Amino acid sequence: MRGGRATHAVIVGNGIAGYTAALRLRHMQPEWRITMVSGESTFPFSRPALMYVFLGHMRYQDTKPYEDRVWRDVRIDLVRAWVEEIDVGGRRLSVGQHKIMEYDRLLLALGSKPNKFGWPGQDLDGVQGFYSLADLDRMTRTLRRTRRAVIVGGGLIGIELAEMLHSRGIPVTLLVRESSYWNNILPKEESEMVTALIRAAGFDLRLQTELKEVVDDGHGQASAVVTSTGERIECEFVGLTAGVSPNIELAKRCGLPVGRGVLVDRSLQTRDASVWAAGDCAEIVGEAGQRGLVQQVWYTGRMQGDVAAAGMAGSPRAYDPGVWFNSAKFLDLEYQVYGSVNLSVPGERSSYWERQDGRASLRLVHKDAALIGVNAMGLRLRHEVCERWIREAAPVHHVIENLSEANFDPEFFRRREPEIARALEGQLA
Amino acid sequence: MSIVGEHTSACDEEHHALVDPGSSRSPSGSWGVRLGSGLIVLGLLALLAAIEGQQEGRVVLGLVGFGAIACGAAGTFVAVWSQRFAASNNHGVFFRSAQSQGIVAWALAVGMTGFYVILYWFPERLERMTHLLDPVATLLAGRAADHWFLYGFVYTIAVLVFGLRMLVKHRGNPYQLWRTASLMAFQLGFAFLLPHLMELARQPEFYFTYFWPLKWSYVFPSGVSELRGHPGGLGVFLLVWSAVASLVATPVLTYYFGKRWYCSWVCGCGGLAETLGDPLRHLSSKSSTAWRIERVSIYAVLGFIVLTTALVWTHASGHAPWLGGAGRRLSDWYGFFIGSVFSGVVGVGFYPLLGSRVWCRFGCPMAAVMGLQQRLWSRFRITTNGGQCISCGNCSTYCEMGIDVRAYAQKGENIVRASCVGCGVCSAVCPRGVLNLENGRTHGDRMVGHQGPWTRLLAEPPFKSTDAERPQHRKRHS
Repeated sequence: MRGGRATHAVIVGNGIAGYTAALRLRHMQPEWRITMVSGESTFPFSRPALMYVFLGHMRYQDTKPYEDRVWRDVRIDLVRAWVEEIDVGGRRLSVGQHKIMEYDRLLLALGSKPNKFGWPGQDLDGVQGFYSLADLDRMTRTLRRTRRAVIVGGGLIGIELAEMLHSRGIPVTLLVRESSYWNNILPKEESEMVTALIRAAGFDLRLQTELKEVVDDGHGQASAVVTSTGERIECEFVGLTAGVSPNIELAKRCGLPVGRGVLVDRSLQTRDASVWAAGDCAEIVGEAGQRGLVQQVWYTGRMQGDVAAAGMAGSPRAYDPGVWFNSAKFLDLEYQVYGSVNLSVPGERSSYWERQDGRASLRLVHKDAALIGVNAMGLRLRHEVCERWIREAAPVHHVIENLSEANFDPEFFRRREPEIARALEGQLA
Repeated sequence: MSIVGEHTSACDEEHHALVDPGSSRSPSGSWGVRLGSGLIVLGLLALLAAIEGQQEGRVVLGLVGFGAIACGAAGTFVAVWSQRFAASNNHGVFFRSAQSQGIVAWALAVGMTGFYVILYWFPERLERMTHLLDPVATLLAGRAADHWFLYGFVYTIAVLVFGLRMLVKHRGNPYQLWRTASLMAFQLGFAFLLPHLMELARQPEFYFTYFWPLKWSYVFPSGVSELRGHPGGLGVFLLVWSAVASLVATPVLTYYFGKRWYCSWVCGCGGLAETLGDPLRHLSSKSSTAWRIERVSIYAVLGFIVLTTALVWTHASGHAPWLGGAGRRLSDWYGFFIGSVFSGVVGVGFYPLLGSRVWCRFGCPMAAVMGLQQRLWSRFRITTNGGQCISCGNCSTYCEMGIDVRAYAQKGENIVRASCVGCGVCSAVCPRGVLNLENGRTHGDRMVGHQGPWTRLLAEPPFKSTDAERPQHRKRHS
């Protein structure tokens, strides 16, 4: 409190970490003034849904997780502006051109940006990642003159981007460094399944191929790429989807310690006692000698926003993400993962079942006969059950016997537990 | 210092972000699509010639026209949808004029409401078209066609043809396949063929799958005495059927399966909404204002029909002569305002503007009764898969009942809503496999979400949704 007025909490960034923190903080501190600043949009929207706006499944307003009036009702002020500078010592920040905003508690939820690895031509017009509202606009503009597109880097965004371009009838080439799609995350068989799916969808997938440079058409626009195999592919659109890295420039400029991300402790507080960081931009400093933790998926952003709000409200809590999970959809193939999969845990073994048509699979990863990870393709599993099995290190035999407990497929879908159990059990001996 | 919640600046941001599909080069236009659309055009021409013409073979020409339109549409749907995979089911929905309240949608809405106005109040204008169906009516019902026969015929064709579209579109999803097949079968068998075949056998034209309060007239004194007076035991059987269906089967089935057993598997209104209306399901409003209106209007209609039923029986009992013709008048009003204007003209005619379930959501008294039970005493719920929701909004967008499904899913809560008809499309469109329609072992745990370490953080505090407590500082802003 300064001069008897309400404590003012400012949240920079309105992504999942930022808006979760704002809502939680409002709950914990009904009297505080809360302001959420973003240069991207006034109202929070769901970032993963941007692709559906492009595809015509939804309108932009349908991607907002809350009706606009909710923010007024819960008294969270929304400011659409970019934050230019932060005076950490004086606890104020400059917003937009000439506005100065004072704060008592500050949260940086700055998100991340697509990686660029110093390729020649990487900043040409027509070369972009797919992350923000501005990227959506830029892509739409570029596509008006696009006859062919190249996507650099595998992963989820790569395949989503390919699907988006395909929906507009634009031929797509994917350049992927690995020998099989996303095999740094997916185990071998699953990765091959996705690779086959991509090819079946008609995308031109080039494995073990990297980008060498993007060629300028003489007017600052991309006109082709040259690959590591020396091939030149004519294209007007180049999608960069080789991962993202934390946005740290603002924090760096204002003197906060940064590593890969904005450095924070377990309660997500930075070195400055009035500043927190959460979500994609934060790096949680590990124990001595350990690598810091940067987590950049939806639910970790949500959890971190929640923990940061607790710290800001005066009841700090240690961030504990629990058993890892994630899910995605490759074209029409659904994917779910729980726990440790493809992490080369010493002593791990895995049992694997694949449906005959190669469009569904289940993998149980276990160590000393206890479950440590589950990977499912084309099946829906119950989060609650998988999480409990892994947390309690359930015996893998028990898991196989009780697979139906974890089935989350809709009614009338064919249940294949006996078949799956036989296949998995057979590999345990 | 100026910190203003610039709520108004959202407008430009929204237009800004709307994607223009100008350069869309979708890979449609296969020979199947061309053949199908060609057949539709020829069928329309044949139908027009048959309606306007005087020649001898106009009835045959008309039937050929109906057949060509149906086959052409069916062929087009198969050609378009069999090439797509499930993830692209909704590609381009918001870019098409007919599906996004554009000029085509308005034209369709005018055409469809016009059809209902003529059907209800100027049926003589349909006479030439109606008589094209005389051979069909003779075959099925042993009489000439009237405008209601025409309506039932066109309605059933629409359910079958657009049902086929659903079957091809959702061919990888058994839940959608079974319930669509069920709707098609009930419409064809129980809402079209059977009543007419009963006529043919000189029995009452009876619709087995419509009950009070949706089909109010069956329990009105006039309807009851007509059935009771029918020679042979069938009339009495039909009375018992109506009573058992309304009073026993409905509550029992709704307890075990939710109202979907009827709305998404049996009902003819639901049948049309889930087939003809499927391309328009996303148009339902998800705003909390629409929800408020829904809660008033649907129970108002229920109150209206309960009161009307009570009055006509009181009148018929002869104990309240002072009522005069109040019951009669009320039932006339109900028939006009609710039966014709609401469920027909607005309910179906406005499909292209308000979505496919306007009647079911805002008006249907049967849905109201089952909805109350579903909310309070049923094993049915839609469950949320732990913390997997990414708030994308596909579920809410494609909910034909306008339920903001995401609001529950992102909190990790089960969805237990009176209006949910259990169509299962939220589960089908979810890119993260988050939603599942389930019948629990008891109704007691239907509101509970999944429990896990994420539960606490997903559960949002109960915010006061009122402006009354807004602090003063908001008003000081420059």
